[in-house]
Amino acid sequence: MQELKNRLIQLISDGTVARVIGWKKGDMPYNPEPACFSTVEELEDFVYDGFCGANLSKMMIEVANLEGKTAVCLKPCDTYSFNQLIREHRVNRENAYIIGVGCRGKLDIEKARKAGIKGIEAIEGVGIEGEGDVTFKTIYGDKAMAYSELLLDRCHVCKGKDHMVYDEVIGESKDTADSDRFDDVKKIEAMSSAEKFAYFQNELSKCIRCNACRNVCPACSCRKCVFDNTKFDSQQRANVDSFEEKMFHIIRAFHVAGRCTDCGECSRVCPQGIPLHLFNRKFIKDIDDFYGEFQAGKDPEAQSPLTDFTFEDLEPKQAVGRGEN
Amino acid sequence: MQRIGVFVCHCGSNIAATVDVKKVVELVRYEQGVVYADDYMYMCSEAGQQKVMEAIKEHNLTGLVICSCSPRMHEATFRACAAKAGLNPFMVEIANIREHCSWIHKDMEEATKKAVILARAAIAKVNLNTPLQEGESPVVKRALVIGGGIAGIQTALDIANAGYPVDIVEKEPSIGGRMSQLDKTFPTLDCSSCILTPKMVEVAQHPNIKIYSYSEVEKVGGFVGNFEVDIRKKARSVNEDKCTGCGVCQTKCPLGKTGKIPSEFNRGLGTRSAIYTPFAQAVPNVPVIDRENCTYFKTGKCGVCAKLCPSGCIDYEQQDQIVTEKYGAIVVATGFDIINLDKYDEYAYNTCPDVITSLELERLMNAAGPTGGHLLRMSDGKAPKDIVFIQCVGSRCADDRGKPYCSKVCCMYTAKHAMLIKDHWPEMNVTVFYIDVRTPGKNFDEFYRRAVEQYHVNYIKGQVGKVMPQADGSLIVQGSDLLDGKQIKMKADMVVLAAAVEPNKDARKIASMLTASIDNNDFLTEAHAKLRPVESPTAGIFLSGMSQGPKDIPETVSQAGAAAVKVIGLLAKDKLKTNPCTAKCDMFQCNGCSTCANVCPYGAISYEDTLVRGPGVNETRRIAKVNTALCQGCGACTSACPSGAMDLQGFSNLQIISEVDAICR
Repeated sequence: MQELKNRLIQLISDGTVARVIGWKKGDMPYNPEPACFSTVEELEDFVYDGFCGANLSKMMIEVANLEGKTAVCLKPCDTYSFNQLIREHRVNRENAYIIGVGCRGKLDIEKARKAGIKGIEAIEGVGIEGEGDVTFKTIYGDKAMAYSELLLDRCHVCKGKDHMVYDEVIGESKDTADSDRFDDVKKIEAMSSAEKFAYFQNELSKCIRCNACRNVCPACSCRKCVFDNTKFDSQQRANVDSFEEKMFHIIRAFHVAGRCTDCGECSRVCPQGIPLHLFNRKFIKDIDDFYGEFQAGKDPEAQSPLTDFTFEDLEPKQAVGRGEN
Repeated sequence: MQRIGVFVCHCGSNIAATVDVKKVVELVRYEQGVVYADDYMYMCSEAGQQKVMEAIKEHNLTGLVICSCSPRMHEATFRACAAKAGLNPFMVEIANIREHCSWIHKDMEEATKKAVILARAAIAKVNLNTPLQEGESPVVKRALVIGGGIAGIQTALDIANAGYPVDIVEKEPSIGGRMSQLDKTFPTLDCSSCILTPKMVEVAQHPNIKIYSYSEVEKVGGFVGNFEVDIRKKARSVNEDKCTGCGVCQTKCPLGKTGKIPSEFNRGLGTRSAIYTPFAQAVPNVPVIDRENCTYFKTGKCGVCAKLCPSGCIDYEQQDQIVTEKYGAIVVATGFDIINLDKYDEYAYNTCPDVITSLELERLMNAAGPTGGHLLRMSDGKAPKDIVFIQCVGSRCADDRGKPYCSKVCCMYTAKHAMLIKDHWPEMNVTVFYIDVRTPGKNFDEFYRRAVEQYHVNYIKGQVGKVMPQADGSLIVQGSDLLDGKQIKMKADMVVLAAAVEPNKDARKIASMLTASIDNNDFLTEAHAKLRPVESPTAGIFLSGMSQGPKDIPETVSQAGAAAVKVIGLLAKDKLKTNPCTAKCDMFQCNGCSTCANVCPYGAISYEDTLVRGPGVNETRRIAKVNTALCQGCGACTSACPSGAMDLQGFSNLQIISEVDAICR
């Protein structure tokens, strides 16, 4: 991390960039937060460790038109989102200095909590260079857990250790994938319609409409979200009843279909633990099945299958009836 | 606030027998914005329209809801009626309470309820309607005909004779299509090429017609009156301008003598050389080199044709060429083929050379065919004594091996084949297995009866279960005779299958390019089955021949002429009214993401750096801009736009949502 921090200080000092988007220390050792640094002094608070799961690519939209370059720290999976934003003309590649940061998987504090770890005062072994176990210093004494046990669910289906777009790479990355990306989707596909309905009814009923999923999502980057738009008579509808609430998540999944890179931020930030990424992943699986494998954000020039047409595209009648049981 | 008039039509008893129209009037009278509601026996009649116009004036109406038949029937009628009374025509909405309601329901109470709901949806929409103005676009006075068979030829000739230039695009080296492969034609038995060849020559010599043979339509852009089409002229390897059609290249091509390359024109029963014209009367009479088989292209050696060509027109280096041309109208005349018989093992078509299709029989009986017009078995070259015809192979088929429709031409051509065979070789026994014999058409039944009564063709009502090739080279046909209630086993030397017709394999691709609708069988759909049978629902696209459905030559020629008339009617106009229901971008919501431009089939959306000024914003942004001359109002952009910035005038998101809300209320 020190190497990264030194490099950021250097970039600001020599005027290569006007600001840096990274993470700063939070009020707890496990909740660093995204931040924008404009001076060397501010960078004192810079931090990068296993808890820096936030995807910073979306923040680049706001700085796209600012004076001077902006450095941004992107993990391998974040670079897919950045590429997708390039494709949608939302970020300015020329104005960005992308530091591909190393990643050996990001951590989920809930996993520690579920293992009964409480009263955390400090955490060791979460640095990006580290190997071995994570040690929690708690008011009840030291507790250790394997790094891999603490990984966010999304890291078990890691897209790989390569950055899709960068100006320089600092630190080593590791492919942490150890399960199939579509296993969970397949489980749901195998359910009957009634079971599926009950499953999502249960999950989505937890929604408190905090909008965290929408606000964090790099694909949800509209200047004005349709759900806030007075033009459609749809603003605040999601608050009305549980039906509209469900529609909010389903419509959101439709709106990001074909553009979602499966970064998993929606599920990471959901305070209610709703597995929102499952909707998106189902769309991705269907797109793969229908039009051949496609990873949004892999190549900013590639045509998205949902906004492109070829004569080989399947006909609606071929898709009808899929998933019925 | 709108002042809306609602008019409920009885349509005689079409609507009134199932929908309580009086009740509909009473229930919608108090909807938001409605100031007048009434019903009438025939709203579309002159008296009905008069009623509407009077109400507009008397009640100062700003919007109309007509509860009647499909807008496809009478939307234009009522828009014109509104315009006559001084109302903007786009303030009229139709609630379809006939096709969507009275015709499909039986219960009056339920149907009335639904009619009210449909009326409410239309009222909710009119409340949000705004007046729209039609624009104008010029018409390119040139037509494109895709397909150079008899349908395309006739359409092209009729358009050209009216004085408009026409291009024919034909993917084969010569125009002529299936008709050029036929021997004789029913019901008059005149020789097919004798009547077709003069037409082909007329096309070739017509000053208004240009033939792109060995060419395919690659891309279609634009819209009615203004299509822009890319035509791929496939490399012929022969210079069309220099070639005199002397034929030396074909006779000297070393591959011609090897008999290795099957002739497509002769349905694989004969062979051809690598440089070839499909048949002697080909138009244009310019050969092509089949690069897949040509020795020069495979090994770089040979070059015999180039050495011997007296006019030096062989060009091995020739490349495919893309020609871009503008057209006001496009006619689809892509024709048909017969189905692949791989799924019909029971007839032994793939295993026995003496089981042939009717189209192959046409070639065998033709004097210019592979046997010089002698009916011979392909296995041993002997003349058959017993011939069995099997009807409906893949036609009227209940399972997915074949087609659900009747191919329409088989009964007649089989009667023709049977008679021709009996005429030439009276000693041959001819048997026909049939499900029904269908002979509607002028002089058709007389023709069939001649086969039965004068030529004593043995017609057996029943299907064949199996054709079994025997060790001695003969065939055993096992079938049932439904009239006698007997199973039959019959010896045959040759079996002829009336394979179902199906649209040309390229029909679906071409329909996609044209955004023309197509049915499950890949036949192009007409705008109205009865009233607009030669037009596609897509404006400026017309249908000719088998591409629209099974039909024989006289029908094809009539339809070709009808399509030509429609084209001429379009090209005769200098300007067309354009649809004002075009997309519009709200710059405050636009993300500049290009999604709309990616999905726009008409290339109507571009992006411009635009100064956006409004509450809280004052900056230059990348904003979508719609070219309303190109926009066809398809709405693809409005549904693709993630932020809802794109909206379709006349069908705005809010209008549609309010209709849905009215229905769900």
